[in-house]
Amino acid sequence: MERFGSKLIKFYTPLALYLVFLLFPFYWMANTVFKSDIELYDLALNPLYIHSPTFDNVAHLFTKTIFLRWMWNTFFVAILATIISLAASLLAAYAIQRLQFKTSGPTGVAIFLGYLVPQTILFIPLAHIIFKLRLWDSLWSLILTYPTFLIPFCTWLLMGYFKSIPKEMEECAMIDGTTRINIFRKIILPLCLPGILSAGIFCFTLSWNEFIYALAFISTTHSKTVPIGLVTELVRGDVYHWGPLMAGALCASVPVALVYSFFVEHYVAGMTGALKE
Amino acid sequence: MSEVKLENISKHFNEVIAVDDFNLCIKDREFVVLVGPSGCGKTTTLRMIAGLETITDGNIYIGERLINRLPAKDRNIAMVFQNYALYPHMSVYQNMAFGLEQRKAPKEEIKTRVKEAAEILGIQDLMGRRPKQLSGGQRQRVAVGRAIVRKPEVFLFDEPLSNLDAKLRVQTRVELKKLHERLATTIVYVTHDQVEAMTMGDRIVVMKDGLIQQVGSPLELYNTPVNTFVAGFIGSPAMNFFEAELVRSGDLVNLQTQSFRIDLPPEKTAVIREYSEKKVVVGIRPEDLREAKEHVPGKTIQTTVEVVEPIGSEIYINVIAGEYPLTASVDRKTRVKPHQDFVLEPSLDYLHLFDTRNENALT
Repeated sequence: MERFGSKLIKFYTPLALYLVFLLFPFYWMANTVFKSDIELYDLALNPLYIHSPTFDNVAHLFTKTIFLRWMWNTFFVAILATIISLAASLLAAYAIQRLQFKTSGPTGVAIFLGYLVPQTILFIPLAHIIFKLRLWDSLWSLILTYPTFLIPFCTWLLMGYFKSIPKEMEECAMIDGTTRINIFRKIILPLCLPGILSAGIFCFTLSWNEFIYALAFISTTHSKTVPIGLVTELVRGDVYHWGPLMAGALCASVPVALVYSFFVEHYVAGMTGALKE
Repeated sequence: MSEVKLENISKHFNEVIAVDDFNLCIKDREFVVLVGPSGCGKTTTLRMIAGLETITDGNIYIGERLINRLPAKDRNIAMVFQNYALYPHMSVYQNMAFGLEQRKAPKEEIKTRVKEAAEILGIQDLMGRRPKQLSGGQRQRVAVGRAIVRKPEVFLFDEPLSNLDAKLRVQTRVELKKLHERLATTIVYVTHDQVEAMTMGDRIVVMKDGLIQQVGSPLELYNTPVNTFVAGFIGSPAMNFFEAELVRSGDLVNLQTQSFRIDLPPEKTAVIREYSEKKVVVGIRPEDLREAKEHVPGKTIQTTVEVVEPIGSEIYINVIAGEYPLTASVDRKTRVKPHQDFVLEPSLDYLHLFDTRNENALT
């Protein structure tokens, strides 16, 4: 009993507090979705639970805005940005880690330096480039700019992963007559799958949630992504449409939650970079 | 013909010289062992033969072909790595078949060759398993199997036994030797373990700091080491060394240390005349020191026992003779305790003398 007591204090209580801290915003969000405006603005009522549940907010979101279009835009951008970033990072990380060319070290550092420039500064020159490329207000402006912050992180994550694969495996394959590209395809890629998945999930979530570039480069309602669409279309001046806003936030977090829960085991394995024999 | 010839091979890593002026001709079907302490350049040499490391200088031939710049895949060699380097995501069969598949061998041929190799190594029952599900010994077999399916001209082994436990190592040693007889191909084998080198090699190459110290059959190295390094490296327990002065008295020459004297037989004196009145390094193997009944100055050494190590077949005793620690390997029936006095008689036929400065053997 004593051991359970100490475990309760040392383990369960902090865990519970942490969970409450972490999940409260989600609770607040879900809570707000199903309240009517009248209930929402009534200060006399207890805000922690719903007195008269309603689907009006969800209906508003799907009928009065083009939320599904935004979802599709976001999905399209996130998937393509992820594929581009993964393809580039895999090749870059492999080259830096294994081909050992003269500037492989500095190249790795240079890629990392790119990651250190904050987005809030980088969007200014990027905006200029996007404008010159006539991609302004197109989803491609996002698909092509997201890799600027996705590639550095993925490259470094994958470099760590490649490092954990014994060199001898490749050397043995080389003696066996395998070409570089086949070594990469048949040995490195299958062994790095957890790492690639982690990097992919990372790219997908970051692209899904990205705000600044999307706000700066997209202005037509039709081309907006979810984060921008919600904030620009459901906040009119100083009027916040809290109900639909929260409904949008809730719906938008579902895909990310699904992706995570589906790959969570691989994700953890990838982060710890473990390739166990 | 799968003779391997290395001519004046050097390898520099920036400033560091890993291998320097390496010359060796490995005959067809010969089992050559490269041995030396870690960092001596033995693995680098092997990797240069394999084509995994470029050579800074010199020429390598396999048969008549000059292979200096030939990529690893075209050298027709196979290598077994220390960590086996099995592909964890493939089954044993796929691991063994991978090399042949890469060379686009017909499916049927791959099947028969893998089956053949598996039978030789006794791993037919493991074909469906993943490397993860195998024991260390089984992995080692698969690694060897993967090498032999290709039927290469030359096998390269890079410390293939060092990840096995002691008992398995002895077993595998024997099996590899049998395999060599059966396959009748050239083998270059790298190890840091002198016992492996002595038991397996037709010829042994002892290396140190990138330089070949001596090349010879196991017994040549044991009986006539060219310098103190080879003398100390080959044999277990290691050879005893101590410094002594060559003193001439009449027709005889004796070895004089501060605390004991050894009279040399007349046939040795002629060889070392030029060193008389000079210091030399004396080397004597533990197995060439015998227990003597009583102390006879000039013939035996009076010592005090420090540590007794019975290993069953014999007893190693660590003694102190004056200022020099010595190890002797004596008969297992010998009754000996620490701190007692013990008289040792060196067999003069197996006494080795070395120059104090360049540490080369005096001949």
